[in-house]
Amino acid sequence: MRDRRLWTVFSLLLALLLACQPAATPTPTPTAAPPPAAPSPTPPPPTPTAPPRPVLFLSTQLRPVEEAEKMRNVILKPFGAPVEFIPEDEGPFHDRIRAEIQAGKVTVDVVGALHGNFVTLLKDNALEDLAALMERLKDRPMVSQFVELGKLGTDRPYCIPWMQATYILAINKKALDYLPAGADLNALTWDQLRQWGENIHKATGERKLGFPLGPKGLIHRFVQGYLYPSYTGAFVTTYKSPEAVEMWKAFKALWEHVNPQSTTYDFMQEPLLAEEVWIAWDHTARLVNAFKERPNDFIAAPVPAGPKGRGFMPVLACLGIVKGAPNREGAEALIEFLTRPETQLTILREVAFFPVLDIPIPADMPVHVRIEGEAVVKQSRAPDAIPALLPVGLGGKAGEFNKVNRDTLERIVLKGEEIEKVLQEEAANLQAILNETGAACWPPDPPSTGPCTVR
Amino acid sequence: MKGRSWVGDVLWYAGAIALALWVLAPIYLIGLLAFSPRMAVYRWPRPLLPLELSVETMRFFVTATGTLAATWNSIVVALFTMILSLILGAPAGYALARFFFPGREAVRMGILMTRMFPMAILSIPLAVTFIRMGLYDTPWAVALVHTAMALPFVILITASVFTAIPRDLEEAAMTLGCSPLSAFLRISLPLALPGLAAAALFTFVISWNEVFAAAILTLRQRTLPALVITVLNESPLYFRFAGGFFMVAPALVILLIIRRYLFHLWGVSGR
Amino acid sequence: MGNGKAPEWLLPLALLAPAALFLTFFIAIPSVQALQLAFHSSSGSGSLEPFRRMVSDTRFLPALRNTLILIALIIPIQLVLALTMALIAQSRRRGAGFFLYVYAIPLAISELAAGLVWLAIFTERGYLNVILHGLGWIQRPVIFLSYERPLGILLAVVVAEAWRATAIVMVTLVAGLQMILGEYWEAAEVFGANLIQKIRYVVLPLLRPSLQAALIIRTLFAFQTFAVVVALGGGVLPVLASEAYNWYVGAHNPHVAAAYALVILVLSAITTGLYLRLLRVRPEELGR
Repeated sequence: MRDRRLWTVFSLLLALLLACQPAATPTPTPTAAPPPAAPSPTPPPPTPTAPPRPVLFLSTQLRPVEEAEKMRNVILKPFGAPVEFIPEDEGPFHDRIRAEIQAGKVTVDVVGALHGNFVTLLKDNALEDLAALMERLKDRPMVSQFVELGKLGTDRPYCIPWMQATYILAINKKALDYLPAGADLNALTWDQLRQWGENIHKATGERKLGFPLGPKGLIHRFVQGYLYPSYTGAFVTTYKSPEAVEMWKAFKALWEHVNPQSTTYDFMQEPLLAEEVWIAWDHTARLVNAFKERPNDFIAAPVPAGPKGRGFMPVLACLGIVKGAPNREGAEALIEFLTRPETQLTILREVAFFPVLDIPIPADMPVHVRIEGEAVVKQSRAPDAIPALLPVGLGGKAGEFNKVNRDTLERIVLKGEEIEKVLQEEAANLQAILNETGAACWPPDPPSTGPCTVR
Repeated sequence: MKGRSWVGDVLWYAGAIALALWVLAPIYLIGLLAFSPRMAVYRWPRPLLPLELSVETMRFFVTATGTLAATWNSIVVALFTMILSLILGAPAGYALARFFFPGREAVRMGILMTRMFPMAILSIPLAVTFIRMGLYDTPWAVALVHTAMALPFVILITASVFTAIPRDLEEAAMTLGCSPLSAFLRISLPLALPGLAAAALFTFVISWNEVFAAAILTLRQRTLPALVITVLNESPLYFRFAGGFFMVAPALVILLIIRRYLFHLWGVSGR
Repeated sequence: MGNGKAPEWLLPLALLAPAALFLTFFIAIPSVQALQLAFHSSSGSGSLEPFRRMVSDTRFLPALRNTLILIALIIPIQLVLALTMALIAQSRRRGAGFFLYVYAIPLAISELAAGLVWLAIFTERGYLNVILHGLGWIQRPVIFLSYERPLGILLAVVVAEAWRATAIVMVTLVAGLQMILGEYWEAAEVFGANLIQKIRYVVLPLLRPSLQAALIIRTLFAFQTFAVVVALGGGVLPVLASEAYNWYVGAHNPHVAAAYALVILVLSAITTGLYLRLLRVRPEELGR
């Protein structure tokens, strides 16, 4: 009996060992180069046109599986040379680059990420100066503010504009019946939105407004670029101003008509499609699925305006080259390719991120791109628009800064703490970060000489 | 067996079935969602029965770049982890169970303490170590870390197993002329096999589901969780369910394959 | 023992050394490196600033409280469930093996997938509401995961975790049971003990080593897992592990994250110490 047991285990172990073997052979002594790569790890480039080994492209953008496959199979196809496109979460993205730089052995060539991530990368000393490449791209009609942003507060280009996006409202057509009288969908105010939510709440008994307050939701951008600029005309300097107190009171009133499950929402397209909410604010890439799957049921609209105007935040994604990239030449060719006008339009068509070039958009775009595109254009061209930048100059502290904004909202709105007290305390946290990084004010705050200061 | 009342049988089956339903219901739901048409996962009321099935999302997910390679990597990593942690862990567990030496409790506590530190926070130091060792972006690096993660538990389980085996038996064998080694091999090891099997299974599971180390230590040689984590976090709901189910399915098959060996060891025959 | 010439401590040392060296190299050294961060400010000088920031953070106390509450609620439930499952699987009735396989299935479910499926159950348009609605008990979907009722979220997390992580306890117990059932159980049966008595006087005492191992493993995991809590609770139900992760990944502040890690380490060490003491296995008890 016991012998049989022993044999079972031995045969099991044997089977396991055998099962291991096929994998053991192809990677005998692992080096940085992958098995399917070119024969020699660092060959002198034989032909300038065809890079000898694939470009390793690590990106925090286009992570969803469909977008990543579109990137690999459609957008990158005409590039000709092999590219390994690897989407990565923000946390591991920074960890990996930092670890490679620290260990002095870089495998990643091109990085694609949000402008804010590039500030962190620069602080980790992980970016190449791309002045020479930028010189070659100077005939591209790049939006000049984006080029300026790409210098990350220095005078060298480190992040080359790649795609842009912003945040808008997505609305289920069922909600239109309850639109307050006299409200213009393309020029809403926050007060009208509250009224709208209240009308729906009264009529259906359900709270149908929604915000992405989940663990991966982007609610901090709402505080930074939408709420504060609309109500106070600025952000940091007015963090605890009397206008801010009024603003939070108004937002608390609006929150009474917000679905209380919003704390689980990461991407508003999900609750919109499930019809748990009817009206939602989010990033265009996180709403697009609603327009794509049910273009006849959803419409897009510019964000509402507050007493000071219509605060909104353009989002810039950039491309850069990692310091010490093993395939610098391929990396530059890839960036050149991705910023071509025709590639930019393919990106728009396939994954609904907007071009960073000042080029006309052809009329034959898919419906969901047209729906979002119209709202985006209306929003940026609104007469009362207040463009707000993502926080600039915070380096590695950007994440902590976001946390302060999110904590402020959660304490006031979810926990119902006293507004003045919360603003005092969180403004102190905000100021500590600004002092530590020495970040000067960024628009819409008026420029400052020293670190930006909460008034 | 003899004289067992039917009341006992009824109670036993009722309890067993109730617990089985409790375990299976969520698995059924995730399978249902993974094989539903895209828009069905948003419908109200969501269908509870598999009336309309679609393999569209699942097929897209399975054929997406890297999924199958990652599955293979995960299997290799998990098996390697299992073997290595048993080779390293079982002797240590035996030593803790059988020998009394100064500082034994401190050693036991020290081993457990290595597992009290949240792994997610170790990712950068570990990645730097492996890049320097030239093991970065290989399944072996992941397996080494997973072994380190599982080892304290393997030691703990094997120690508890050997503790429960009376040492008198071994000593009796030795007075009968067995060497300590053969006494161990002939007496204690066979008795300990159920526990060792549990430890092995445990290790496999830890490795199969581990995300943080796998995500930071691999880039091209992704394991399944490292590949799926972005899908689970970022993709639309229907792909998240497909990804979630796809992570469950291979593990179920593997459990099924090793079930007979395992249950045999545990004295539960698969009747 | 030790009738050879080599000193008595040599054999245990030789058996322990490989594992100890392995753990030191891969876990202990990196952990110490990471923990040092907790005692440095981000400018690099030695300071208790990370702890000050952690304790003054608005989520620290709730995270500490929630972690302890969840552990106190979940672990006893899992222990009872796991013991029941293990005993069912040990029966000689037909189908015992099948049930054991079924009960072991959640082993294969990752935390992320478990969070996903339980969210699909508890969300506003989720399966629980579908069933309640189908039974005609509710008119419109009930919002279970509302921040207005943290208790509801807490209960949802308890249910989901009890489902996800019971199997790991059960597997450890099954292995332990296998060794004690049989003769002892039958002896108790001969003496006419009922089920409760058998569990109380036979199973639990003899199962102590396995029980201890299972409890330690489960508790150490419980201090570190957070995917299910985060999926169901968002920021409403912070726990220590999720805060450590958020500080590390979200806020890019490894210093405060390391401070949290130290708190987790200390709490884990205290609980493990308690288990080792309370469920101490005395050698003389087992020298049977």
